[in-house]
Amino acid sequence: MIESNSSRVDQMTASSTAGSPLIRVQNLKKSFGDHQVLRGFNLELYPNENLVIVGKSGSGKSVLIKCMVRLLVPDEGELFVFDQSVPDLDQNELDQLRTEIGFLFQGSALYDSMTVRENLLFPMRRHSDRLRGEDETSLVEEALENVGLLDAIDLLPEELSGGMKRRVALARTLILKPRIILYDEPTSGLDPITGKEIIQLILEVQKKYKTASLIITHDMDCARVISNRMIILVDGVNYAEGTYDVLSKMTDPEVSAFFK
Amino acid sequence: MISALKHAFSGLISNLEETGKVTRFALRYFREVFKPPFEFRELLRQCFLIGNKSLFLVLMTGFIMGLVLTLQIRPTMMEFGAEAYMPSMVGISIVREIGPVITALICAGKVASGIGAELGSMKVTEQIDAMEVSGTNPFKFLVVTRITAATLMLPILVIAADSIAIFGSFLVENIKGEVSWQLFVNQVFSSLDFGDLIPSTIKSFFFGFAIGLVGCYKGYHSEKGTAGVGRTANAAVVMASLLLFMLDFIAVLITDIFYEI
Ligand SMILES: Nc1ncnc2c1ncn2[C@@H]1O[C@H](COP(=O)(O)OP(=O)(O)O)[C@@H](O)[C@H]1O
Ligand SMILES: [Mg+2]
Repeated sequence: MIESNSSRVDQMTASSTAGSPLIRVQNLKKSFGDHQVLRGFNLELYPNENLVIVGKSGSGKSVLIKCMVRLLVPDEGELFVFDQSVPDLDQNELDQLRTEIGFLFQGSALYDSMTVRENLLFPMRRHSDRLRGEDETSLVEEALENVGLLDAIDLLPEELSGGMKRRVALARTLILKPRIILYDEPTSGLDPITGKEIIQLILEVQKKYKTASLIITHDMDCARVISNRMIILVDGVNYAEGTYDVLSKMTDPEVSAFFK
Repeated sequence: MISALKHAFSGLISNLEETGKVTRFALRYFREVFKPPFEFRELLRQCFLIGNKSLFLVLMTGFIMGLVLTLQIRPTMMEFGAEAYMPSMVGISIVREIGPVITALICAGKVASGIGAELGSMKVTEQIDAMEVSGTNPFKFLVVTRITAATLMLPILVIAADSIAIFGSFLVENIKGEVSWQLFVNQVFSSLDFGDLIPSTIKSFFFGFAIGLVGCYKGYHSEKGTAGVGRTANAAVVMASLLLFMLDFIAVLITDIFYEI
């Protein structure tokens, strides 16, 4: 299952630079008190691509993607999603935008007082307009079938294993059929085999729904399999950028440290 | 010496800061509580959970308070030949003070800490963030419903506690002094008037609000990590209890003004 997809990458980068980016981040800065986390980050995410961001833990990866859905507000810089400036949206526009962006949280973030079914119904309670006439229950079942967990529909999160939780979380992320998915360390906290299964699932989902994905990870196996392009985040800036193959051959100590 | 002063001073500052933050949190509640969409189902669920969690304990404690109060006061009253005033005396002290305060303290221990721990763990596991991005306002769904539920449920629990405490007191009187239920209840109610019931009910609403507010505030601002969640629950109980006594003091001052008129 682990194979190089560099030929696909080349096509991808060639065609995608022509299209306009779905997400454009320019000179993004964010501090907490005296602690400067992002110090001028730049990024563009193109349709259909899998962009992986790697960085040490605590380097601000989660902060970066939380800015994209305005869970955090950047101090400075530009942040456009679908050509809309995220920090300037009003609440309605923001809610609308958020339905187009799926967010898979690091620890799955399933609501522990609700069953799997209720977890999946939750994103639909304020967005019934997005159902396009489809019935809620059949959407829930379809989403669960996509991740192979239809049997778990009436279980509570506490009754699921870590890998199952991550699958349910992925199903919940997919339920409104977003155009972009942000993955915050999709394999963290899972054993290597379950991690690989999740990666496969992400790739399948990608193929089926044709979403663009931004994947944060420090799992280099995951990065190699999934990425069309990678950005290495060091000291709050995009330190290096390129395909896995190119980056893995770089001699710069900051970059090569990730590939050891 | 200087460092001790500095320490005390910074303690004072951080207390004032916290008071400001809690006030802002409360104001946000009032801004959002009357704005649609309303989360009625979640509100009902929270009311049920709060009642379910604390009713048994409240009834237990109320009953025992009724017994103990009567057993302890009875000998003294008999000494003064004032045995006949027992029901009024017990009724007034339970309705005005003991019922609301005991119920509120129990709910501070059960409900405020429970809400604090629940919201705290939702915060650190990013469930609150997940709600936010899925288009549901988490402040409305989690905080507004819980504060409202606590505010509505506390007076009901207080009435339950008052009733069973009065019943407990009757049992003692009945066994020791052979007073009939009818006579006892008549005496209790003839000594109670709206000047007792209304202030204590209003007070109970405030107690409930304070319990919900502190639990939610502490949970919503929980620190990272599971240890943080434990600290949150603990801090919620401490802060809620303190706030309850302060509110009680203020309530007594205010009702006192009315009694003097
Ligand atoms: N809400 C917040 N308040 C204060 N500091 C924060 C907050 N969120 C993140 N940080 C800090 O920002 C830094 C980057 O965090 P994060 O983006 O979560 O790292 P990671 O790259 O591991 O995802 C950390 O030092 C963290 O302490
Ligand atoms: Mg992170």
